[in-house]
Amino acid sequence: MSLIWNKKAECLLPLEKEQLQLERLQHIVKYAYERVPYYKKAFDKSGVKPSDINSLKDIEKLPFTSKAELRDAYPYGMFAAPMEDIVEIHTSSGTTGKPVVMGYTIADIELWSEVMARSLSMAGCTKTDIVQNAYGYGLFTGGLGVHYGARKIGANVIPISAGNTKRQLEIIRDFGSTILTCTPSYTLFLAESAKEDKIDLKSLKLRAGVFGAEMWTEKMREEIEKRLHLSATNIYGLTEIIGPGVAQECEVKQGLHLQEDVFYPEIISPESLSVLSEGKKGELVLTTLTREGTPMIRFRTKDITSLCGGECKCGRTTIKMDRITGRSDDMLKIRGVIVFPSSIEKALLEINGLEPHYKIIITRPHQLDEIEVQVEASESLFSDEIRHMEETKRNIENHIEKSVGLKLKVTLVEPKTLPRSEGKAKRVFDQRELK
Amino acid sequence: MKNIKQLSIFAENKPGKLEHITKVFEENKINILAFNIASQGDFGIMRFIVDKPEKALEAFKKAGFTISMNEVFAIEMEDKPGGFHNVAQFIAKSGLNIENAYVLIEKDRQGALLICDIKDTEKAKKAL
Repeated sequence: MSLIWNKKAECLLPLEKEQLQLERLQHIVKYAYERVPYYKKAFDKSGVKPSDINSLKDIEKLPFTSKAELRDAYPYGMFAAPMEDIVEIHTSSGTTGKPVVMGYTIADIELWSEVMARSLSMAGCTKTDIVQNAYGYGLFTGGLGVHYGARKIGANVIPISAGNTKRQLEIIRDFGSTILTCTPSYTLFLAESAKEDKIDLKSLKLRAGVFGAEMWTEKMREEIEKRLHLSATNIYGLTEIIGPGVAQECEVKQGLHLQEDVFYPEIISPESLSVLSEGKKGELVLTTLTREGTPMIRFRTKDITSLCGGECKCGRTTIKMDRITGRSDDMLKIRGVIVFPSSIEKALLEINGLEPHYKIIITRPHQLDEIEVQVEASESLFSDEIRHMEETKRNIENHIEKSVGLKLKVTLVEPKTLPRSEGKAKRVFDQRELK
Repeated sequence: MKNIKQLSIFAENKPGKLEHITKVFEENKINILAFNIASQGDFGIMRFIVDKPEKALEAFKKAGFTISMNEVFAIEMEDKPGGFHNVAQFIAKSGLNIENAYVLIEKDRQGALLICDIKDTEKAKKAL
């Protein structure tokens, strides 16, 4: 069993936890209302005052905050602390429009270091470890988040940042890195490159990995653990809340412990916006209970998951969230059927010998949506007979159809031609021209 | 009759793919003796008989291709009218089923070889 970094915070009794959350919620709602014009306006519009929060359930009276509002506040509109108290700024990767800008005070950086120290400890990191941090350093929160957490634990951090695969592998081998932190798709890319560079992954000292910043599946975990000979755990976080460290898997690997003493979670229906009960799948909404720089009240993460309470085998009592299974805004509607790209990925990875690289292309050639899934004809799928290859293709098509309920076309492409990502992988290409 | 090594390479059915493959042969100074292209919709398999099959296999793997090598049968035929018919008659009598076949003409033009891929190798070996 790995060490629990902060027993007091991570093993609170239910009543203690609720009391602490309520006190903090009352404080942050008042703080945000008084200091951020956006919140004052939004609360007033909904006819709710900070003094209306008398129980945790009262949070439902408060309006949601979404990415659009944060963009409108560009650059400093959401800052609650005076500029002289802000010591660091991060932005979320804006794929469309302006990025979202978040400010951190000294206390916020301490909070971030604390939740990341808890997270890394859950993955088994101690002060004797060498952490190869291959998340990007910069405005993206991945790199510095892990850095602060590892520093707090007292581990040795190698701040290599993302990219430069050859060098990553050399450093893992020569420096004896024991913990690897990066995106799961990059981990598989590293494993593939190691094979090409004839680096024996079994001989490396890596024993644990903290992987996140993109969606991945149980099957991908198996693949990573098998190829890299390490224990792979899932981390969750987002810049709007703090960065990585919002939730992390312990060694039990059944759900991610959400740091409830500082981040308050709710699950809502993305359609009706009503709060769903524990265990129900829906969109995760988070409230920062102690953030000073940019407090977030009921932020809609767009991430689809569910929550599960109770004490974990590891001893922690923090609520656990399921791995993210989709994004409410990535949700695809194909011929009227709701499909998450991740469920196609899950089906693909159940097929033996299939490389975990794929591309999903959606078109609408004649009024009707068509999906094409491109997969690589790896050595294990290859046959020198056309009809066997045809059969393989059909088997993949049938397997996906059975598990996601959607007919689609599989195309075999040449190996190593599908994009490998060094950060977040873009795998879905919606080319429908909707009129 | 003899056994020779055949290379099969996976290729997407797109312009420039053949050129990409022949370039690997050229760069590695490998001579192509015979080849055959079978395509199906969006992909195809190209088969080659070359002078240095092991070297070619290595080179293509290194270049990132999906490639396999297997043994096929090369049946001698006379390079004259009726040459192929004689062989076909013999194959029919032996009850062999050919997956795929093409011809390699020897340099001296004294004869030709029918390259055929027969999956039931035991039966073929006995018959031929």
